[in-house]
Amino acid sequence: MMDASTFDMGDIDIAWCPGCGNYPILKTLKEAVAELQIDPTRLVMVSGIGQAAKIPHYLRAHVFNGLHGRALPPATAIKAANPSLTVIAESGDGDMYGEGGNHFIHCIRRNPNITNIVHDNRVYGLTKGQASPTSPLGFTTPVQVHGVCLEPFNPLAVAIALNAGFVARANAQDREQTKDLMKKAITHRGYALLDILQPCVTYNKLNTYQWFKEHTYYLDESHDPHDRMAAFQRATETDKLPLGVLYISPDKLPFEDNTGVYRDDSRPLHERQVDVERLGDLMNSLAANA
Amino acid sequence: MQRDDISIVLCGQAGQGVQTVEFLLTRLLKLAGYHVFATKEYMSRVRGGMNSTTIRVANREVAAYVRRIDVLVPLGKGAVEHVAGRISAQTIVLGERDMAGDGPAVQACRFFDVPFTHMASDLGNKLYANIVAVGAIAALLGIDLERLADHVRRSFARKPASTVDDNVKAAEAGYQAAEGLGVRDLRLGPAPAAKVQDRLLLDGAEAVGLGAIAGGCNFVSSYPMSPSTPVLTFLAQHGRDFGIVVEQAEDEIAAINMALGAWYAGARAMVTTSGGGFALMTEGVSLAAMIETPVVIHLAQRPGPATGLPTRTEQGDLELALYAGHGEFPRIILAPGTLEEGFHLAQRAFNLADKYQVPVFILTDEYYIDSYYDTPAFDLSKAGVERHIVKTAKDYRRYAITEDGVSPRGVPGCGEGLVIVDSDEHDEEGHITEDLDLRVRMVNKRLAKGESLGADVVPPTLVGPENYKNLVLCWGSTYHAVKEALSRLGRDDAAMLHYSQVYPLHGDTADYMTRADRTILVEGNATGQFAKLVELHSGVPADHLLLKYNGLNFGVEELVEGFQGLMEDDR
Repeated sequence: MMDASTFDMGDIDIAWCPGCGNYPILKTLKEAVAELQIDPTRLVMVSGIGQAAKIPHYLRAHVFNGLHGRALPPATAIKAANPSLTVIAESGDGDMYGEGGNHFIHCIRRNPNITNIVHDNRVYGLTKGQASPTSPLGFTTPVQVHGVCLEPFNPLAVAIALNAGFVARANAQDREQTKDLMKKAITHRGYALLDILQPCVTYNKLNTYQWFKEHTYYLDESHDPHDRMAAFQRATETDKLPLGVLYISPDKLPFEDNTGVYRDDSRPLHERQVDVERLGDLMNSLAANA
Repeated sequence: MQRDDISIVLCGQAGQGVQTVEFLLTRLLKLAGYHVFATKEYMSRVRGGMNSTTIRVANREVAAYVRRIDVLVPLGKGAVEHVAGRISAQTIVLGERDMAGDGPAVQACRFFDVPFTHMASDLGNKLYANIVAVGAIAALLGIDLERLADHVRRSFARKPASTVDDNVKAAEAGYQAAEGLGVRDLRLGPAPAAKVQDRLLLDGAEAVGLGAIAGGCNFVSSYPMSPSTPVLTFLAQHGRDFGIVVEQAEDEIAAINMALGAWYAGARAMVTTSGGGFALMTEGVSLAAMIETPVVIHLAQRPGPATGLPTRTEQGDLELALYAGHGEFPRIILAPGTLEEGFHLAQRAFNLADKYQVPVFILTDEYYIDSYYDTPAFDLSKAGVERHIVKTAKDYRRYAITEDGVSPRGVPGCGEGLVIVDSDEHDEEGHITEDLDLRVRMVNKRLAKGESLGADVVPPTLVGPENYKNLVLCWGSTYHAVKEALSRLGRDDAAMLHYSQVYPLHGDTADYMTRADRTILVEGNATGQFAKLVELHSGVPADHLLLKYNGLNFGVEELVEGFQGLMEDDR
């Protein structure tokens, strides 16, 4: 049995503020991947830029810490180049929904078998407290001086509208439930979105641990995650935010299966050679002499 | 009178059959044993507009565009006016009066009325008009009727028998009509002894695409953009056969970030794009440099700025490729001139990228991508992957500092180590750092690769006498036009020096230049970008620049005139 400590980095300097919601997420993630028996050498953590995007550096795994907003394209390609790897693209709401918004949309359409975990604290941390795409209306910041007037981005509703394979929301402080959702997201075959509500203790004085506790509830068995309309309705609730698996669209073929390159050959791309004989045939077909 | 080099121009609106006639005719001429070259100029629209294709047929190798038109076949109204500047009293205009019109341009040349559409209608379908045209051109050139009929039959073999027969009849009708015109001065001389039939007939996109496959390309992610798209199309069409992941990304930013993820995980990836799309990729170029992940970028140039002239050509993005990406880091820029170079350099690009872990550019342009000619089969003996991936040990450090700057590259899932890459400055393991002494060591390590890769710079090609007095420097797609222009000039003191790798600049450049009395640099842009690069890195300025930036490639004749003007004072 693998232990969460397998993923510990030892004595490292962590750049998060004391009390940050990122800590429980990190701890929960280590437990989730340990319980799923995923070896660190088979796990690739992909992120962009931001405070949440530093998480790959804080657990033992392969790391692709790329550019701001660009976690999903390389994560998609890593999985396509070697489907035997477990790929988790994990970052914040600004990175995934703002700078990376276009990739978020098209990654859902593409449906690679990766897990997309988003730390959603409704504010920009690393750039020091500006609005994020999920900041509530009226939220004031040094830049949004008169309050946010843009409609908040609703990642779950967007994902359900795009018929994403797996759409769920967690609350960072509920570690057991979050771990369960992480495990479900990671084992889902295809793209899985797990939006995790978390406080920013430095820049978001509104959406605190207490606020999230009071403004969320867990979906019970009366919710059928295969009912898209019901899922969409839940996703648009704002008074109290539903937690759990909102939507599952089963039987979608993952991107890497659709590429066709693994149809007759399961080897990852780095183990393959050029079929020179076939290349010769292709070249000679260009002689147009038949 | 027999001719050994004939220029045929087909001109009409998009969708009027220029491509059909061009396809059938070039293959027919090659099968008949002649060398062929074709290039097109077209408008950025799906239907209408005015497009032309120039075909050269000769009994020696031809691979450059000429302005001269021996035969013009108007396939749409306005065709003659569209190329009026290129026709002379010797030009034969062959076709329908309806299409040619009766303007001054037509009156100034030799017009022969062959009513393609009318004849096709008589055969039952005016769609056969293009085949009538093929037959008429074949007759003019003196191609054997039986060979023509056989070619048409084979080309339509997949169609119903009645369609095949109708097309053959249309070709024969066109052939007989043109024979009856009594034009005897455009017949081709005997085909060359060398077997042209077995040579390849392909364009720049296919050469680059084949080379990419030969280099082990197994992942391509791109966003369609003229003129780079044919490379994406080629790889897509053969993707399943060669195990290539082909993905049309949502934008160029995604495309290059996918390519980097693919290389990181052990694939050999490329992107294919043009200037505007590449502009979006520049942050990815910088990321490639920082995480020392290889990447191959095919950049097919077209005139800018911004959307510019989408379907035209230019060599205007050299400096874009040279300076793209924030921060300081090494890179390699290749610029094939011949199709053979396109194949070998595309293959080489993958091995160089892997070896030095730097971005490698294949810089082409619309003219290079869209032009084709017959060329000997490429040497596949070196095709394949020069592997530079290591199996990692438990204590693997992705950025281990080495003397040549190249750290052994592992990939996730191959070995016991962890592969950690970060766009932030990082330590040897790959983790984010703000240790400023380490920063300096990492910068030095990355720049050291720039020195190391100097050992693999492709030398420039000298064509002409070693003891030249006049040296014409050029790069990329201008190879054949410059070569033919110098050959026509016939001076025994003039040579061409062509660069198929423009960066880093080969170390012998200053030596080549100082040996000349006069240097002329030819390039397809307005500011002499390569000339600036040459002067910066060799210390020697070119004496004269021949520049062109109206959206068209150089023609042989204008280069001849340009060279004559610059070289005449020493005769």
